[in-house]
Amino acid sequence: MSAAAQGLVRLPVWRARFVLGALALAFALLAARSVYLQAMRTDFLQEKGDARYSRVIEVPATRGRILDRNGDALAVSTPVKSIWAIPADVELSREQRRKLAALLAIEPAELGKKLAASRDFVYLKRQVSPDTAQAIAALGFPGVYQHPEYRRYYPGGEITAHVLGFTGVDDGGQEGVELAHEATLAGKPGSRRVIKDRLGHIVEDVESIRAGQDGVDLRLAIDAKLQSLAYGALKSAVEANRAKAGGIVALDVRSGEILALANVPSFNPNNRAKLTGAQLRNRVITDLFEPGSTLKPFTIALALESGKVTPATRISTAPGTLAIGGYTIRDVHPAASMSISQIVQKSSNVGAAKLALALPRESMWDLFHRIGFGTAPSLGFPGAAAGKLYPWKTWKPVEQATMAYGHGISLSLVQLARAYTLFARDGELVPLSLVKAGAVAGGEKVISTETARAVRAMLELAVQPGGTAPRARIAGWRVAGKTGTAHKQENGGYAADKYIASFVGFAPVSDPRLVIAVMIDEPSGGRYYGGTVAAPVFAQVMQGALRLMAVPHDAPLEPILAPDEADEAGEST
Amino acid sequence: MAKLNLLLLAVLVACAIGLVTSQHKARKLFTDLEREHNRARELDVEYGRLQLEASTWGLHARVERIATGALGMRPADARRTRLAGRDAAR
Repeated sequence: MSAAAQGLVRLPVWRARFVLGALALAFALLAARSVYLQAMRTDFLQEKGDARYSRVIEVPATRGRILDRNGDALAVSTPVKSIWAIPADVELSREQRRKLAALLAIEPAELGKKLAASRDFVYLKRQVSPDTAQAIAALGFPGVYQHPEYRRYYPGGEITAHVLGFTGVDDGGQEGVELAHEATLAGKPGSRRVIKDRLGHIVEDVESIRAGQDGVDLRLAIDAKLQSLAYGALKSAVEANRAKAGGIVALDVRSGEILALANVPSFNPNNRAKLTGAQLRNRVITDLFEPGSTLKPFTIALALESGKVTPATRISTAPGTLAIGGYTIRDVHPAASMSISQIVQKSSNVGAAKLALALPRESMWDLFHRIGFGTAPSLGFPGAAAGKLYPWKTWKPVEQATMAYGHGISLSLVQLARAYTLFARDGELVPLSLVKAGAVAGGEKVISTETARAVRAMLELAVQPGGTAPRARIAGWRVAGKTGTAHKQENGGYAADKYIASFVGFAPVSDPRLVIAVMIDEPSGGRYYGGTVAAPVFAQVMQGALRLMAVPHDAPLEPILAPDEADEAGEST
Repeated sequence: MAKLNLLLLAVLVACAIGLVTSQHKARKLFTDLEREHNRARELDVEYGRLQLEASTWGLHARVERIATGALGMRPADARRTRLAGRDAAR
């Protein structure tokens, strides 16, 4: 380079300063802008950013399953789709409408009516199967959308209907166990915030807003096989006797678990289009009836506890009637005198009434109260009936006498069955459970072991030839039980030709495992005694149950012959 | 001084690239996790359906109908039953 050139490129200082100043200003502007964006407008910008890629999504919770004691499913929710539409957006040709209606299985006219609605949102059909939903989605009609829902299925159908109850269209419990255990079965849907990419994939979990929780599975004490057996036997008995209704309940003596609980008439919980109130009623738990003679053993137990009588003590029952305060108590089989055992065996009203009148009212009320009459059983079941037990101070002699054989007092079948655990468990009353417990339940001692065993022996006599229920016997196991035949209450009085036949019993007598109570309402097939109508149901179910549970035999396996007419004692009503 | 700066620059670039890679990996793993979650849910739904199916096919009433109807089975009555108890085994 030449020296002249070197001399020529001398620039004034201010130019370099100017450029430096301009650059510094530019930087300062940038810094100010970034401070403005970062510090002043950050909320707005964050919000805009979130709106573009951050999404809050719902985490659905499935409803817990209901299982039987062996883990078989009794109620399961599975996802289905609901089809809805925005009527204003739907533009379908006649042909397309017909196609859609056919897929939805509704009338084209009905579909037209729904789409003509002026609302923004209309359900075309709820709870369609996933296959149908897919077919509808494939049609790609504008304005028709679907969203996921759950539907509950009950594989047992009418067999388990009353125990389980059912859920509504939004999968919330409405009846039975579904309602009673709604809190644990129902799960809580959660929600979380995520970042989604351009394609809608979730790329990052930002935060969990609410932790979702699936419903907890519920394991019931019900044994599906036993339940099915009980329902089948009850249903055929109700049909054969042209009865109005019936109920049956089976209890495990050791754990207090309800192994089977069935009602007739029943309903199909999977299709509840035409339901009547009579079908829905869980008679076993919610309906009260006057039990009749099935209460006699408790009167007898109280008499034995008082120490005034022994099973062999003879009571004068002549002439087979007893008049108290203008009311006459009658026996079907009048006898001059009967032992306490025979009073149970022949189901003598006069004998039971006389025994009761010799007892203080207070002690009778006390026993009834302690075995749970007048108090709703703590089953956690909606609508469990408490029964009617009037305060002892209001009892007149005639009421005390009739209560001795189960009139003037009302209770539910499940209360009656539970009371019988007293005799099956050597004087202990067991708390009931609809949920599987597994362990032996601690009972409450109500009467002495000796009394319980003495009454148990009498109850075994009642099912022998000469008793009221020889039809309750089964081959291979010793059975004990008591029949009841009561006039139905109607308009404040008793109907002359309407009865409730019942039977409560347990087996095997040597080491009782099961209590089964059967009630048949208004048998009108000509027979109405508890021993002929209800006892055979008991025998059928008890035999099947003992076999299912592999309970050891305690009697020789000999065929049981059908009892002669002479061997069967008719019952006083 | 310049050497140290260069070294620090190199470390910075390496760190930045490392961050990007790990973020990418995390997102990838997260999508996998999400996919598996969905699969678990689907399998659970299918398990429920299969349970339903098993209960429906194994319905006691149905088994009994087939046993008595199609297979001609009936419960053994007392006359034709022999008990093999513990005493009999001896």
